[in-house]
Amino acid sequence: MGTLSMLGPASEPSVFAASGVASTAWLLLALPAFGALVLFIGGRRTDGWGHLLGCATIALAFVWGVVEFFHSTGLPAGQREQNLHLFSWIPVNALQVDFGLRIDPLSLTFVLLITGVGGLIHIYSIGYMSHDRDRRRFFAYLNLFVASMLLLVLGNGFVTLYLGWEGVGLASYLLIGWYSDRPSAATAAKKAFLMNRVGDVGLALAIFILFAKLHTTQYTEVFARAHTLSPGTLTAIALLLLLGACGKSGQFPLQSWLPDAMEGPTPVSALIHAATMVTAGVYLVARANPIYDLTSSGRLLVVIIGAITLLLGAIVGCAYDDIKKVLAYSTVSQIGYMMLAVGLGPFGYALAIVHLLSHGFFKAGLFLGAGSVMHAMDDETDMRRFGGLFRRMPITAVTFGLGYLAIIGFPFLSGFYSKDPIIEAAFAQGGWRGWVFGLAAALAAGLTAFYMTRLVIMTFFGPARWQELKNTEGNDYHPHEAPASMTVPMVILAIGSVGIGAYLTIGNRLANWLTPSLGTLQKAENGPLSSIEVTIGTLVLAAIGVLVAILVVGRRQVPVTRPEPVAWPVRAARADLYGNALNETLVARPGQWLTGALVFSDRKGVDGMVNGIAALFGGSSGRLRRLQTGFVRSYALSMLGGSILLIAALLLVRFSG
Amino acid sequence: MTPTYYLVLSALLFAIGAVGVLVRRNAIVVFMCIELMLNAVNLTLVTFARINGSLSGQVMAFFVMVVAAAEVVVGLAIIMSIFRTRRSASVDDSNLLKY
Repeated sequence: MGTLSMLGPASEPSVFAASGVASTAWLLLALPAFGALVLFIGGRRTDGWGHLLGCATIALAFVWGVVEFFHSTGLPAGQREQNLHLFSWIPVNALQVDFGLRIDPLSLTFVLLITGVGGLIHIYSIGYMSHDRDRRRFFAYLNLFVASMLLLVLGNGFVTLYLGWEGVGLASYLLIGWYSDRPSAATAAKKAFLMNRVGDVGLALAIFILFAKLHTTQYTEVFARAHTLSPGTLTAIALLLLLGACGKSGQFPLQSWLPDAMEGPTPVSALIHAATMVTAGVYLVARANPIYDLTSSGRLLVVIIGAITLLLGAIVGCAYDDIKKVLAYSTVSQIGYMMLAVGLGPFGYALAIVHLLSHGFFKAGLFLGAGSVMHAMDDETDMRRFGGLFRRMPITAVTFGLGYLAIIGFPFLSGFYSKDPIIEAAFAQGGWRGWVFGLAAALAAGLTAFYMTRLVIMTFFGPARWQELKNTEGNDYHPHEAPASMTVPMVILAIGSVGIGAYLTIGNRLANWLTPSLGTLQKAENGPLSSIEVTIGTLVLAAIGVLVAILVVGRRQVPVTRPEPVAWPVRAARADLYGNALNETLVARPGQWLTGALVFSDRKGVDGMVNGIAALFGGSSGRLRRLQTGFVRSYALSMLGGSILLIAALLLVRFSG
Repeated sequence: MTPTYYLVLSALLFAIGAVGVLVRRNAIVVFMCIELMLNAVNLTLVTFARINGSLSGQVMAFFVMVVAAAEVVVGLAIIMSIFRTRRSASVDDSNLLKY
């Protein structure tokens, strides 16, 4: 180590100035940003090799991330939180914001996830987007996204985080609206952008409060002085940060943009709307853990939001026929698990990150599998038109199947190691909270098993319903296995889906590694059920879900068009459990009323007053004008009258006083 | 012979002149009525000069006469030019300068 400068007080884990390899961490950001810049400026000239540059920059960033990781593991645990000051960004009197990076176990974990999964999805995109004449621009957007996401997780203050936060929002907007000739894609992009703005307002307000109260936005100083804030302020900050997290992570009540975001190309859905960007909300809460540790009411709301969302996502996921929307609601639900876990505070931060990583692998794998199926089926997404694809695309089917087993929590696969501890920790809260949140999480695990089994059966098994159908251009379907550039990432992600959970959790490997950032993982023991009971109960629920799916979908003929009418729960689920209607009535409608009232008061009140005064003078002068008759004699009369009045007044004054 | 009679006479003359200005249409008659009013004022001035035994009132009456003469010159010229363009000496016909 070079010069050590202590930034935090002794009570906090010390944050050291970065040195050695850590001082080159800016390369992590610079590489993808450089790629994006070259592709944006180069334009059509880079069409031939743009995609290769995009992949190369991410691959290099991944390699550099690994180097940083091993450098960090080589340090003593107490010195793993490092601060890299790059330059003074906003030096305005009292507002001093530095642009710097925080290299610590939490950010490095995210760096590896983003560049690793991101790199695989970049490679997959070469094949998936090969027919798109704007593939180079696609890679520019993807690089922009990766750079922004890395800034989000590496930034050493809330303002730097906000810059990355907006950057990923922009990239997400551009990529959802990639097929800009489709009105639905343009609408979905706008919806995502606007709903994210709602959350961003919360994040911005939280930053404003932090600055107003603590006069700084850097993590080190904020966290060191967080305990000096009043409980009300802390709760307000926690709630506003949660609002930001809800917007970005598609949590209740801002969840409805995420399924619509599936209008984007499938690699985008896999990278941005499953593995990385939508987990930024979880990152935010985990990063702000010193604040959440101090406010139990803030944490309780995080848990409630997580529990509502995980149930809502799982229920809606059961009703959709669009393969990507089912996966999207599954993402909503799984992020709900992560939210629930971070809301449990020291009992759950690390569990959330474990689930986030394993979810990053299996959900990205599932999305890439879905993309491969769509690629084979001429961009068809309706599962009712699939069926029996196992024979035609075995690699996709096997990798998808492994992701499927991982997400339903099949024993000894990733989901089993990452989801079960969350359910267990939810139960272990004790009291009514333990029962409510634990049961919600366990029930959603059963629902997850149901909808995922339904998806797999409808897509890969049963009769090949596509054989009697034509695609949108009127041709027969010719499903085929994807090219190697697509299957290789799928295989790697499938291996990750199988092994990552066990690798990270055995011996609490990840939790120990994250201890400098998130504190020690505590294990609550006062739950109503033992660990074994919870595991067995969850497995039984999942097995019931699988069985029901086999009975309902596997044993019956699947109609090619979706059956109508259906019972009210299915109707409600098909309508997203009225998420859109809720937003419409609670937010959009009153907003329209408010603007209507404001326009009315502006027209009638403000304008009315100004125009009224003008009309008063206009009208009265119009009437007074009539006195000018042009008759000299009438003027003479008024002169006479005036003179008489004057003289009368003079006389009156003279003789009365 | 008290000076009051002169004052009453001048008041009467002034009133007649004023009424004439207000009710007559012919510009020449109106003009004559104005002269009548001016001379009624002159009579008042002279009467008060007599009452007060001071000459200033009479001096003022001369001033009024000079002004009245000048006014007649200008006024009659205006009336003549109006009559030439409009073939009418009615003050009510020249009413273009209005709202």
